[in-house]
Formats: sequence, C-alpha cells, structure tokens
Amino acid sequence: MVIAIGFEGSANKLGIGIIKDGEVLSNPRHTYITPPGQGFLPRDTAKHHQKHALDILRKALDEAKVTPSDIDVVCYTKGPGMGAPLVSTALVARTVAQLWRKPIIGFLNPYQPSDIEMGRLITGADNPTVLYVSGGNTQVIAYSQRRYRIFGETIDIAVGNCLDRFARVLKLSNDPSPGYNIEQLAKNGKKFLELPYTVKGMDVSFSGLLSYIEEKAPELVEKGEYTPEDLCFSLQETVFAMLIEITERAMAHCGSQEVLIVGGVGCNKRLQEMMGKMAEERGAKLYATDERFCIDNGAMIAQAGWEMYKSGQTTPLKDTFCTQR
Amino acid sequence: MSSKTLIKQGAEAKLYSATFHGRPCIVKERFKKSYRHPSLDQSLTNQRIKSEVRALLRSRMNGVRTPTVYFVDLETSQICMEEIRDSVTVRDYIMSVQKSQSLEDSIVQLKPLGRKIGETLAVLHQNNIVHGDLTTSNMLLQSDPMNLNLVMIDFGLSHFENLAEDKGVDLYVLERAILSTHPNSDEFFSEILDSYTQSNPGSADVIAKLDEVRMRGRKRTMVG
Ligand SMILES: Nc1ncnc2c1ncn2[C@@H]1O[C@H](COP(=O)(O)OP(=O)(O)O)[C@@H](O)[C@H]1O
Ligand SMILES: [Mg+2]
Repeated sequence: MVIAIGFEGSANKLGIGIIKDGEVLSNPRHTYITPPGQGFLPRDTAKHHQKHALDILRKALDEAKVTPSDIDVVCYTKGPGMGAPLVSTALVARTVAQLWRKPIIGFLNPYQPSDIEMGRLITGADNPTVLYVSGGNTQVIAYSQRRYRIFGETIDIAVGNCLDRFARVLKLSNDPSPGYNIEQLAKNGKKFLELPYTVKGMDVSFSGLLSYIEEKAPELVEKGEYTPEDLCFSLQETVFAMLIEITERAMAHCGSQEVLIVGGVGCNKRLQEMMGKMAEERGAKLYATDERFCIDNGAMIAQAGWEMYKSGQTTPLKDTFCTQR
Repeated sequence: MSSKTLIKQGAEAKLYSATFHGRPCIVKERFKKSYRHPSLDQSLTNQRIKSEVRALLRSRMNGVRTPTVYFVDLETSQICMEEIRDSVTVRDYIMSVQKSQSLEDSIVQLKPLGRKIGETLAVLHQNNIVHGDLTTSNMLLQSDPMNLNLVMIDFGLSHFENLAEDKGVDLYVLERAILSTHPNSDEFFSEILDSYTQSNPGSADVIAKLDEVRMRGRKRTMVG
C-alpha cells in the first residue's frame, strides 16, 4: 500500500491531493480569483498560493484521514507554468518532505508530451488519442511511432483563453471560473448563432471567432436578438465541435479507438457529452474523465507520483527545481 | 448509379466504390454528426461539399491532377467522382519505401516525390487554392509510384485565398502531418519546401508566415 501526496500550483489554482493505491482520498483546491474582466499576474498568484498552502494542506490531510507519518511520498509539479507560483508550491512540497523525512518526486506536468506516457499508465488506456484543453493549451496528442506526438493544436489562442475572454465581454464572474459560468449559462441557451468555424487539418484557430463574437455580442444582446445564454450556447457548440472534429480526424488518421480528455476545460460536461457521442459513432471508447485527469489538481500529481514511486524512482533534493517551460 | 460497396470510413465521410454509366467511381458521402448542433452540421456539410467540388475543378483547370467530378447531390451529401484506379496514398508509399530499405536509401528514393509535391503545392497556391487539410493520406500516386503521377484529393476544407498567412498555415499543417506520421521525414519535408520555393515566385511571404506560425506554437502562455 502506497500513499502519495501531490502539490499542484503551476497556474492560478493551488491543489493538494492524496491518493492511496489509485483511490482519491482527498483533493481540495483553492483558486485565485481576480475581479471580473481581469487576468492574473504571476506575483499575485504566488502570494495567493503562499497564503493558502497551509490551510489546504490541513484540509487534504483531514479529509483523507491520514497523518504525515502515513504518507510514503511527496510529489509536486516542476513545470511548465508560471514561475513564481510554481516555485512557491515547490517550496511547500520540499519543506514538508524534509520535515516529514519522506522521499520527493518532482516532474513535469504529466500531460506534456515528453511525459505523457504517464497518462496512459494512469488511465489504463492502451492507445488513446488525448484532447488536452486548458487555459493555456489546446492540443490533440496521439500515439504514433512508439511515442506521443502532437497531431493538432491551436494556431493562435487556447480554447480556455477564448472562453475566458468571451466571459469578460459578458462581464461574467471569475468565481469559480469564467468557463464554468459560461457552461451554466449555455444550458439555458436556445437560439443558435452561426459563428466563424476554423479548422485547418488537425489544427484549429479561435482568434477570428473571438473577435467576431466580441464585436457582435454587445449589440446582439442590447437589441434583444440573442440573450447572453444564447451566445454562450452558440460559442460552446461551435468551439467544442471544432475540438471534437480535430480529435476525430486524429483518431481516424492513427486508427485509434480510445479517447481521453484532460485539462481544465475537459471538466465541461457538454464537451464530454459531445466527445462521448463521437466516440460511440466510431465504435471507440471515451475514457472516464474524472477529477484525477484534470490537470490543475493535486490528486493528478499524486497519482502520477505514485506510479513513479512504485517503479522505484524518486528525485534527489538537489534536483527539485522548477522550470517555466 | 449501381449499388455501392463501402471501402473506407474516414473522419467525416464514408467512401463507396460504385459505377457511373459503366465507369468505376467513388462516392464520398458525408454523414451526419450527432454530436454537433443540427444547423451547424448541415451548414458545415454543405459548405464542405461545395468547397471540395469547386477546388477539384479549379485545381484540374490549373494543371493539378484531381479526380473528375461526375455529380453532386446536396440532399444526400454525396459527391460521385472518378476512381483513381491502381493507386496508393503517398502515406502508404512512404511507409513501404521506408520498410524495404535503409534510412539513407529511402531518403534518396523519396527525394523526387518531395520535389513533385512541392511543385504541385506551388501551382495550387499560385492559383490561390488553399487545400486546408494537406496530409500524405490526401495525395495519391497512380500506377507505378516511380512515375510520380500525383493526384490531389480531399478538398473539403479548401478555400480560395490570396493571403500569405493562409498559404503558410497550409504548409504548416502539412509539415506537422508529415513529421508526426513518418519517422525521419525532416529531409523529405525540406525537399518539399525547397521545390515549393523554387517553383513559386511569391513564396518568400508564405515562408515568412510559415516561420511565424511555427513560432506562435512555442510562445503560447502557460496559464491554466
Ligand atoms: N477518387 C478516389 N480514387 C481512389 N481512392 C480514393 C478516391 N478518393 C478517396 N480515396 C481513398 O479514400 C480515402 C479517404 O478519402 P478522403 O477524400 O481523403 O476522405 P476523408 O475526408 O474521410 O479523409 C483516401 O485517403 C483514399 O485512400
Ligand atoms: Mg482524407
């Protein structure tokens, strides 16, 4: 039996998760929320992580009903991500590892292609095509020539970024996240507005769509032609259809019969539903996307670390640095 | 048209073989995607059929070999076109070359094909035809591959555009497709770019855009 604790703070969320042999014991997190219409700065984000680290750590231990002595290994994200928040989080991980006298494992985000092998280990998927969608990333990754390769990606902005920026136009709250609020409004949208749809091979582009809807939205809402709900609905339907299309193209291209969604935007239920339908029509399998596979949380990091620990790998303290790339 | 038999199911279309007035033909049928909004689905399907048919014709008029279109039915979302008989995809051909010989030999043998592809893309782009989905599966070689009878297909994502940006992205899509599908294909892609540049007097802007798009990929911020 191995118990691993994982620290994730590469972006605006700080998460600490505890895993016991593949089972999530606890996974609390806290998001740094900026006022509506504002992005977040690395320095303020780092301050947020420093401020909340101990509370969340206590919560993680309490919810998991474990004491530090039960823990076998401490894991954290080395990168990539924003420098200051990464370092703040790593500092906490290093401190507790030394305090509790536990081995430490630091690694690059498991869904970065270099380490994506890990994702396969975790899910038990054999040959999945992975749609990796978050605030900073939009990639379709598939297994080819004995390693993971990026088949498609955004040629301009990431999907999460596109959603966030649209949320600012509608002045939606950043609590808990702009994307979540778009998802809720979209549920009540009815009238579909056709928006620019840009797919190039296995790549997508969102900037044209974003500037179109940024420009039109205020007027359409003011005139009463479309409600904010309709616009959120239309945006989601269009953007997600593009993502599913490139994922499907990559699957057809590689002959893959398994698909996995990871990353923050992957928590969107409508995206999962669309992916499920696509997979079903192709006779393929969609791998369960639960919180362990969303990128910004501690449980994911603990899970990946648990796998490494079992195979006998740990990181010497002198190598527990961070990297932004 | 006679009864048809399914030969391939791609990402968005089923391909059948059939005969049209006694000639073997291919029927490409775009099927409904239940995951997407019905009006979006209908509009994309119609758009793509139209783009495909237009670009097939326009390419052929400009000297790039494509299947002849026999008829189009928007009701059933079908295009009936000439079957390119006795053909292999460039993808399968590259794989068979790489399998049957050493790395050095296969690089040498694939060079002329790279040149041919570069020249063909130069013709398309000079005529403002942006393919939109350049991959080695969307290029066929008819009869003996050594003869380089290159036939371009699958123009559903194509459009007519004189912008260097769009042409640059077209090359970028091909570069990624080649590098991710075929091992040790860097030189093959360089050969394509070389011959593209030599055959297309307006290529400097396009290559500049290609470099720009490549850079964008590396600069994207990491904010979760
Ligand atoms: N006219 C044709 N003649 C012979 N083979 C064809 C023809 N059109 C398509 N094919 C074959 O079917 C495959 C899929 O066709 P394509 O038009 O590329 O559809 P998709 O959009 O599904 O990729 C091609 O890679 C090729 O092998
Ligand atoms: Mg094709």
